Amino acid sequence: MTLLAIDWILLIEKLVLIAIIVFASLGIALYTTFAERKVAAILQDRPGPNRAGPFGLFQPFADGLKLIMKEEIIPNTANRSLFILGPGLAMTAALMTCAVIPWSSHVELFGRNIELQIADINIGILYVFGVVSLGVYGIMIGGWASNNKFSLMAALRAASQAISYELAMGLALIAVLMVSGSLSLKTIVDQQMEPGRLWNVAYQPLGFLIFFICAMAECNRTPFDLPEAENELNFGYHQEYSSMKLGFYLFSEYVNMIMSSAIMACLYFGGFDIPFLNETTLAPNLAAILGVLALLTKIVIFIFIFMWIRWTIPRFRYDQLMNLGWKKLIPLALLNMLVTGAVILYLQG
Amino acid sequence: MSTTEILFFFLTALAIFSAIMVLVSKNPVHSVLWLIAVFFAISGHYILLNAQFLAIVNLIVYAGAIMVLFLFVIMLMNLNAETEPQKHIWMKLAGAISGGCFLMMLVSLVRQASELNGKTALMAEGNIGLIKNLGKALFSDYVVPFEITSVLFLSAMVGAVVIGKK
Repeated sequence: MTLLAIDWILLIEKLVLIAIIVFASLGIALYTTFAERKVAAILQDRPGPNRAGPFGLFQPFADGLKLIMKEEIIPNTANRSLFILGPGLAMTAALMTCAVIPWSSHVELFGRNIELQIADINIGILYVFGVVSLGVYGIMIGGWASNNKFSLMAALRAASQAISYELAMGLALIAVLMVSGSLSLKTIVDQQMEPGRLWNVAYQPLGFLIFFICAMAECNRTPFDLPEAENELNFGYHQEYSSMKLGFYLFSEYVNMIMSSAIMACLYFGGFDIPFLNETTLAPNLAAILGVLALLTKIVIFIFIFMWIRWTIPRFRYDQLMNLGWKKLIPLALLNMLVTGAVILYLQG
Repeated sequence: MSTTEILFFFLTALAIFSAIMVLVSKNPVHSVLWLIAVFFAISGHYILLNAQFLAIVNLIVYAGAIMVLFLFVIMLMNLNAETEPQKHIWMKLAGAISGGCFLMMLVSLVRQASELNGKTALMAEGNIGLIKNLGKALFSDYVVPFEITSVLFLSAMVGAVVIGKK
């Protein structure tokens, strides 16, 4: 079935996969907002949202409905087209990362071998970096188009924070790439699944720590949430936004959190690998389902750690943030890279 | 038309349209955003030529880093459509004519280059743009220029810091 030299079944297969992954990510993000409030409540010894539905489970839908129903305000001095583009860009960039994450091994359905990954490109991890660096635009454009000094200040802070921490993140990543010798996330995960090989975190503990801190900064999570420091900047880059545009900005933070958790799980914690189990002995479909569950478990654990840190540690001052990024993390990441390279050379003889 | 041709014409149209919009936009921020669109279209062309590494590095370095700096400067200087200097019509005409001459020179140079005579672009089969081959070429055949370039970058960085400290 080829028309216009396109394999239409493959196209449909990929479109279905994209739809499932995007909607699943949005669904998880929806409940991450709920989990955030519950975790905050537990850490502060109070019940948290418990009115809408059993255990307050319908709370995210109530929140969403509230945001949609609110009045949509576009300031009359704002740059209208860019004001609307900003939240859309932030959300798109957050969701684009899911294209290269290997969610599990393959399933066999209707005689077709379907890989549970949208695109296994040989530069997978660089693609993630490209998308992350584009995520800055959503914030910068939104902050600038609001035509508000506080928004602009917050947007500039966000951009400089993102650029500073991208550097250390990239350097930490290079050490992983030296260990695995591949840029494809699928290959990196497959290598960690080989019997007799530990997860990458065992070879790169310092690298993982640096990557984790940088991921937290890239997601604008406390203690790195300077772009929305309300006691200095009122509300941050999304001050002028209302209704669902504000919702998109807040929501993209949660999607970003899920994606960076997935990337960390793939790079350092074996992706969809189940510890102490040889997946090749199972039926492929069962192995695939168990793999998805394993990856989701790892993502949930990472998200919980993100929240735990947010509700425990206060925010950095801006100069402390820059000091940590440029004077501590980058030299540490360089050292990590040097040691990794030396050890690899030594082992090769 | 094959898929590659459809994509080629689409990306080309997008690149040319965005490039024109960079020039005609009154607002500098819009110009920068259209320029980012140009980079995306060109990255698409790189992918069609199977140069995935070049494509993504083009996005990370140009669209992701350099354009952010452009935006920084424009936003901080608060440039907008009103502060855009309006040039005289003769200036614009002179610019258009000299630019056209430059384009004609470039086209004739490319057409006459002996390395390009009778060659066609390798669509989706050339592999020089893949990271493995590129890395091998950079670190074996071109290792001295590569290292010299990195020293140059380092000195530029040190220079920027020194100027910034004044």
